[in-house]
Amino acid sequence: MSTPAILVENVTVHYGEVLALDSASLTLDAARICGLIGMNGSGKSTLFKVIMGMIKPDAGRVLIGGQSPARARKEGGIGYVPQSEDVDWQFPLSVRDVVMMGRYGHQGFTRRPSKADRAAVDQALDRVELSEFAERQIGQLSGGQKKRAFVARGIAQGATMMLLDEPFAGVDKRSEATITRLLRELASDGCTILISTHDLHAMPALCDEAVLLMRRVLMHGAPDLVLQPENLAMAFGLDVLNRDLPEPAAPAIVHPAGTESRG
Amino acid sequence: MELLDILLEPLSYDFMVRAIITTALAAVVCAVLSCWLVLIGWSLMGDAVSHAVLPGVVLAYIVGAPFALGALVFALIAVTLIGVVRNTSRVKEDAAIGIVFTSLFALGLVLISVTPSQTDLNHIIFGNLLGVSIPDLIQVLVLGVVAFVILILKRRDLTLYAFDPTHAHAIGLSPKRLGALLMGLLALTSVVALQTVGVVLVVAMLIIPGATAYLLTDRFNRMLVIAPVVSAVCSIAGIYFSYYLDTASGAMVVLTQGVVFAAVYLFSPRQGLIGTRLAKSRRRKAAALLVA
Repeated sequence: MSTPAILVENVTVHYGEVLALDSASLTLDAARICGLIGMNGSGKSTLFKVIMGMIKPDAGRVLIGGQSPARARKEGGIGYVPQSEDVDWQFPLSVRDVVMMGRYGHQGFTRRPSKADRAAVDQALDRVELSEFAERQIGQLSGGQKKRAFVARGIAQGATMMLLDEPFAGVDKRSEATITRLLRELASDGCTILISTHDLHAMPALCDEAVLLMRRVLMHGAPDLVLQPENLAMAFGLDVLNRDLPEPAAPAIVHPAGTESRG
Repeated sequence: MELLDILLEPLSYDFMVRAIITTALAAVVCAVLSCWLVLIGWSLMGDAVSHAVLPGVVLAYIVGAPFALGALVFALIAVTLIGVVRNTSRVKEDAAIGIVFTSLFALGLVLISVTPSQTDLNHIIFGNLLGVSIPDLIQVLVLGVVAFVILILKRRDLTLYAFDPTHAHAIGLSPKRLGALLMGLLALTSVVALQTVGVVLVVAMLIIPGATAYLLTDRFNRMLVIAPVVSAVCSIAGIYFSYYLDTASGAMVVLTQGVVFAAVYLFSPRQGLIGTRLAKSRRRKAAALLVA
């Protein structure tokens, strides 16, 4: 059996008294796209931070391609696409400057770009079809272009794993399709992609598998299965897709005991 | 009087030459650092650290150690205390900063009041541009050049830290260490600027040039050129104004920077208040024409 790209094993995280992750486990094979769904406060961003090694779990362990997160970071394998609200779009940098930041791990003490670095940045910009906007200040891109700029940073970095936080927030339908196509291409090249999203409609076209998170992994399987209303109700407590279910009369708290499964 | 005479006359005094060199140097180093401070949102932190180093400088004076050492130690103490108060009580960060830096500043004032040679130390508070001695000049020169070189060599990492610390972490850099580096350089730079404008006005040199440059360009590399140039020109102009108008030199330097910021704020072609208003009304008129 090959080493999983991401292995999260019984990870528990507390913030002070608050339990953010409760013995969460997740195994993701290489070159797969996995969508992470859950309410605010379900631990999505905590799980991201644990995978990137920004938080040390109180219990459990994380391996990236069989290595510790610290080792994987040093090798430049982990790409990160932040959610829009975490970025200062007024920051005085061009699209090219941002993509070049993907190369810093490969560069020397002063991060002076080499010919190879410039070539990698040009290629990445070309790949996400932003070459003509390379000199624009990053805030002067459309919502979808902004996302692609950060994906280009991960490509320039040579990331074998990419974490995307809400990539479809503030993105129109056409750009969504472009981003979906781009991520599918990257996955077919061997990149493992983990996406946290509220946008459940985009999931079947984009993801190979989906994970339902509510402090622990409630369910992990094919998107069609995970997106079944009764399954979503476990994580959200109501029918989020507004499909043919009556108004939820039941209380919003559902006990997930015994519902954990692997698809 | 010819313009040349106006410019040359003050230079016939050694103390004026020293004042101009010191100020230009401090202005350049502070301005470079200010580019990151305004973008990260560390202006208040700059204010805090520049005040909090006072007791360190006074203690260093008392025991005869280098000012920079005392300043660094107290900058570290200040930053640690701010972190502790913020993280372990319900007091928010701005309040924590306010409490820590004013208390340390007050401690510095108390130390000055019990230290025999009062005149020297009072200069730390308001600056003593015209009384810069040769050893002072050398100290400012050494510290300023060290801070400047580190800032320029590590500029790309510092910008990454300012823009996206999470990415810095993801590629194996340490945002904590980069933050600490910037904080250390802030303490060092504060000492450089103490000589010229004094503790109270240092923060102006640490914020205004970066903010001015930010209004003039949307490329960070250009900010790193515009800020020091504007700051150096303003500072030297300020000294000339103070010479001919017979006003306080440190304050005049800061006032000149403030006036230039105001001019840029109003007239900057892209970000300026007047420019953006004009563009707006032009767009409105164009839209009205289209409708008509």
